[in-house]
Amino acid sequence: MRKFIAVLVFIFFCFSGFAQEKIDITEQDYVNSDVEMADDFRAEGKIYVLTGIILIILFGTIVYLISIDRRVARLEKQPGNNRD
Amino acid sequence: MRKSWWKVLTVIILVYVVIGGLLLEVPRLHILNETIRALYFHVPMWFGMVILLAASATFSVRYLRSGQKDFDSRAIEFANVGVVFGIFGILTGMLWAQFAWGEWWSGDPKQNAAAIGLLIYLAYFVLRGSLEDADQRARISAVYNVFAFAALIPLLFILPRLTDSLHPGNGGNPGFNAYDLDSRLRMTFYPAVIGWTLLGVWITSVRIRIRRLVQNQEL
Repeated sequence: MRKFIAVLVFIFFCFSGFAQEKIDITEQDYVNSDVEMADDFRAEGKIYVLTGIILIILFGTIVYLISIDRRVARLEKQPGNNRD
Repeated sequence: MRKSWWKVLTVIILVYVVIGGLLLEVPRLHILNETIRALYFHVPMWFGMVILLAASATFSVRYLRSGQKDFDSRAIEFANVGVVFGIFGILTGMLWAQFAWGEWWSGDPKQNAAAIGLLIYLAYFVLRGSLEDADQRARISAVYNVFAFAALIPLLFILPRLTDSLHPGNGGNPGFNAYDLDSRLRMTFYPAVIGWTLLGVWITSVRIRIRRLVQNQEL
């Protein structure tokens, strides 16, 4: 138990060691208009087209995975394939 | 599809991650610009890979302790899907590096170490394929798998930190350690890690069940 606590304390100090190197992200970074972002692209609403396309692919992939899952479940139910 | 609540959860989380990842506000940072959003897709691949490979190593240990074949099946399939995540991680990392670091492959310690780690795992599959006897294959590859995981962790998380690396979080390069602290990025990043990892577990579970069916056929 004492060893376990020692390890936990060690890990904790490791993280605090890293923490000193970090640079905070402030609210300023969210409104910093010097940095070029895809603002026009968003303003034109085309980002929704992109989101839609990626969602279609994600849905398709998941539907495909579900169909494979079901097929395996059917095979498992066949006699001789005992489930555990 | 019984007990599939976590599969529903996976779908909900991933849909949220895609929508949130593309549409929610992100900090406007130099060099990164919009590519900061890759944080929700590139980084979870590595988190997912490490979690899946940790599961794989755990099942290898359990196989060695108990000798139950099913643990070996789980170990191999977790490693399979984990390595697929790793390949996605390295490919997305290369694309991102081309934009942020100027080169697809700059021989950066993080990139090299990740590639070595993946090669160690590819050798695991080669090792499995090269052994004829089933018991021997299971036992030798289980031992190898444990060592592979023990080599992977320092390669990914310790060695790159000891030298200069362009990758955030390494070699005095603060980068994403700082971003993790930002609560707005965290709102999508943590679900992304959970969602992508759950997807990996789902695919793994299906593969394990197929492997069991094949083994039943062979009996």
